[in-house]
Amino acid sequence: MPAVQETVDRVREIDVEQYKYGFVTNIESDKAPKGLNEDIIRFISAKKGELEWMLETRLDAYRRWLTMEEPDWARVSYPKIDFNDLYYYSAPKKSGYGLKGLDEVDPELLATYEKLGIPLREQEILAGVEPKNRVAVDAVFDSVSVITTFKEGLAKAGVIFCSISEALREHPDLVKKYLGSVVPISDNFYATLNSAVFSDGSFVYVPEGVRCPMELSTYFRINEQNTGQFERTLIVAEKGAYVSYLEGCTAPQRDESQLHAAVVELVAMEDAEIKYSTVQNWYPGDADGRGGIYNFVTKRGDCRGVRSKISWTQVETGSAITWKYPSCILRGDDSRGEFYSVAISNCHQQIDSGTKMIHLGKNTSSRIISKGISAGKSQNTYRGLVSAHRKASNARNFTQCDNLLIGQDCGAHTVPYIESKNASAVFEHEATTSKISDDQMFYCLQRGLSEEEAVALVVNGFVRDIIQQLPMEFAVESQKLISISLEGSVG
Amino acid sequence: MTADNTALSTAAERALIEQYEAASTGDAVKLMREKAIAGFRSRGLPNRRVEEWKYTDLRRGMNEALPIAEMPAAAEAKAAVDTVAGFGDMAGARIVFVNGLYAPELSEISGVEGLTIRSLAATLAKSRPQGLGELAASLTDSALDLNTAFMRDGALIDVAAGAEIEKPVEILHVAAGEPAATYTRHVVRVGEGAKVCFSEVYSGKGHYQTNTAIEFSAAKGAEVSWIKLQNESREAQHLSTLLSRLDGEVGFDHFIFNSGAHLSRTQTFLRFDGEGSRAELRSAMLITEEQHCDVTLVVDHAVPNCESREFCKSVIDGAAKGVFQGRINVFPHAQKTDGRMVSQALFLSESVEMAYKPELEIFADDVQCAHGATSGQIDEDLLFYLRARGIPEAEARTLLVLAFLSEVIEEIGDEQVVETLEERTRTWLGY
Repeated sequence: MPAVQETVDRVREIDVEQYKYGFVTNIESDKAPKGLNEDIIRFISAKKGELEWMLETRLDAYRRWLTMEEPDWARVSYPKIDFNDLYYYSAPKKSGYGLKGLDEVDPELLATYEKLGIPLREQEILAGVEPKNRVAVDAVFDSVSVITTFKEGLAKAGVIFCSISEALREHPDLVKKYLGSVVPISDNFYATLNSAVFSDGSFVYVPEGVRCPMELSTYFRINEQNTGQFERTLIVAEKGAYVSYLEGCTAPQRDESQLHAAVVELVAMEDAEIKYSTVQNWYPGDADGRGGIYNFVTKRGDCRGVRSKISWTQVETGSAITWKYPSCILRGDDSRGEFYSVAISNCHQQIDSGTKMIHLGKNTSSRIISKGISAGKSQNTYRGLVSAHRKASNARNFTQCDNLLIGQDCGAHTVPYIESKNASAVFEHEATTSKISDDQMFYCLQRGLSEEEAVALVVNGFVRDIIQQLPMEFAVESQKLISISLEGSVG
Repeated sequence: MTADNTALSTAAERALIEQYEAASTGDAVKLMREKAIAGFRSRGLPNRRVEEWKYTDLRRGMNEALPIAEMPAAAEAKAAVDTVAGFGDMAGARIVFVNGLYAPELSEISGVEGLTIRSLAATLAKSRPQGLGELAASLTDSALDLNTAFMRDGALIDVAAGAEIEKPVEILHVAAGEPAATYTRHVVRVGEGAKVCFSEVYSGKGHYQTNTAIEFSAAKGAEVSWIKLQNESREAQHLSTLLSRLDGEVGFDHFIFNSGAHLSRTQTFLRFDGEGSRAELRSAMLITEEQHCDVTLVVDHAVPNCESREFCKSVIDGAAKGVFQGRINVFPHAQKTDGRMVSQALFLSESVEMAYKPELEIFADDVQCAHGATSGQIDEDLLFYLRARGIPEAEARTLLVLAFLSEVIEEIGDEQVVETLEERTRTWLGY
């Protein structure tokens, strides 16, 4: 029996090790009453000090949402969510709207971000890192943005980078012009819910001809129990602008599942380029599938101008359930969309993710590289759409989706939809599914690597194409994250 | 009848129900028919909201229920059959269905050792034939339900264990006379270690609807090749379902040539039930004008150590729309599965449409599965190369289309069949 006990302990250790962001911050928070109704929406809107039109938009979305049904086509299963058993707004007491600077932020919060390794103090960032690698951060804690760094510096370059709540107060016309223009409020069940109750997120506006001088990033943290997080992000790149944006996310380890329903909209005008990278590491639930975040996200980019470009890169390691299809609408002639994804699922995680490339303009091109890795008892699905409309002459797409299976209880699925209505469109699609070959393992083991190291090595090789697309700091982090996510999946 | 008709929203759907109620007889499979029509009643015709039929919306595409076909006069039937170019005199045994009904005087079903062919209608009058409805029970599909509810006649084919049938067994379907609907259902069982080749041909003139279904099972070690030629009239509608179950160590080679019908859907479901089997499902599609052609293949790897290949080539001209849906399901514990699927389309005009959905669904880890899909126009460089060598443009195009299709056609092996199909392709291209 002692041997059994040892194994049990060891497994437990691995489990805890696996998710090192699972702690809870004890902080007083200001919450809306539980449940969802028009009053709650008014409450959120009032908290944010929003204008009348925004409240009307939210209420309109809410009324539409009431008539909609939760989608069930994705290959994920979970107990029905009771949308009235959630808190839709939760904010740390000393934070957000009205704070003058970092000094007024609750030290508990600062400690949290320190623990998460997110630099919020500008001087510290400057001290350690070379200026060219600076990253401006918008830190979102539950329903509010705690702080946005380097705002002034960015403003000098003409770039607006702030929380969406602040943008709604400071730049209402700009937000009004673009909000909901890519993801209409009644787009889908979760997007509509988000349009009604979204609390915070980031707003980025890069004016004509500006190359954003530093990487922008948002760090999302869910802390409070039974709360849903509804982030809303809007990025607009005007003619000839360039911006690279990263998002990261974590949540505490809990037995109950929590809902995260985000909407991200990107608008790229003529010759503009937006690079959007995500490292998603929400709490994935424990080894038995208890708890974890339900990540139901609508992300869409609109290449509105000619020669515009949008690129999505995602590393998905967390969340109990992922339902996410970052898409590109290639409206402008010669525009380009890219999607690079690594989706890793272990234990009982379920991922249904992919992309949509909708070719509307002439000479548009897109590229999809998706790498799925499933281990444990997880299910990992790639679901994607590539379509060329009548007028999309010379549209080009190349898709590659590869799946790697580790262990015999997991599943890997590929569900691509390819629709061509233009004869000159050239689409290529290839997909493979296999396990790590015995030859590869043998080769590594023979050179003295342990089984886990060997798997990590092969996996890192498998996902290299994607990791290379990430900004350097994130690439290093992602590589570590991948090996941690797969810990305990061998043997 | 007070059954729930709420799912039925079109005139064609309501007419089908009425037709069923009017024609309802008390044969040996009455219960099976009742169950099927109840299924249809609850779902109606497949439409784009039904995932499996996303790209072929029958609710819009099938706007009438034609009366059930009757046998034409003997002379008319003979004349109709005589004009059909199947694989000619290659066939050994031949069973002919005119308007979905067995035509004994035009068929040649006896005299081949190890081969038994009976008419479904004759058997149904007495008892429920063995194997009928067995494979169909696993599928929920409205086209199949309609077939089960209305099936009039078909062939019950048994190949004895160990039999080696030298010449192809031809199953010929011909439509003649007034616009009407036919429902044929075949049950084909190939015994252990038997070797046989089937050719299944559909042809006709004018406006009509064909709904055909086959339940096919092959016992251990059988070697079966099967060629289906769908050459319906351009005004016809063709719905076909092949349900197949392979035991261990079976070799199954299936080829579909689709060029007819205004709207066609050819769905093939294949299940590996024994280890060490191999199946190859190939299809060629040649469509033009307003034709809509849907090829759907679903392969279930329910056991380890099987190999499947799906290969679909589409040539699309005019304003036609092609659909290819392929799915490889690998069940838990179906280790060492090797499944591959390739779908390629060649566009010959500007206003064509093509939709693909090549799916992999994998629940076992030690497998190798892959799929590829490409689409595009004729490579201008290749055309230039040929023309630079003095080949006229039309001929060069024909050559390139033939080369494109040859990958699936030449695999058939039988030279005479390959030649026949290539000839058909040339005729289709107008060369």
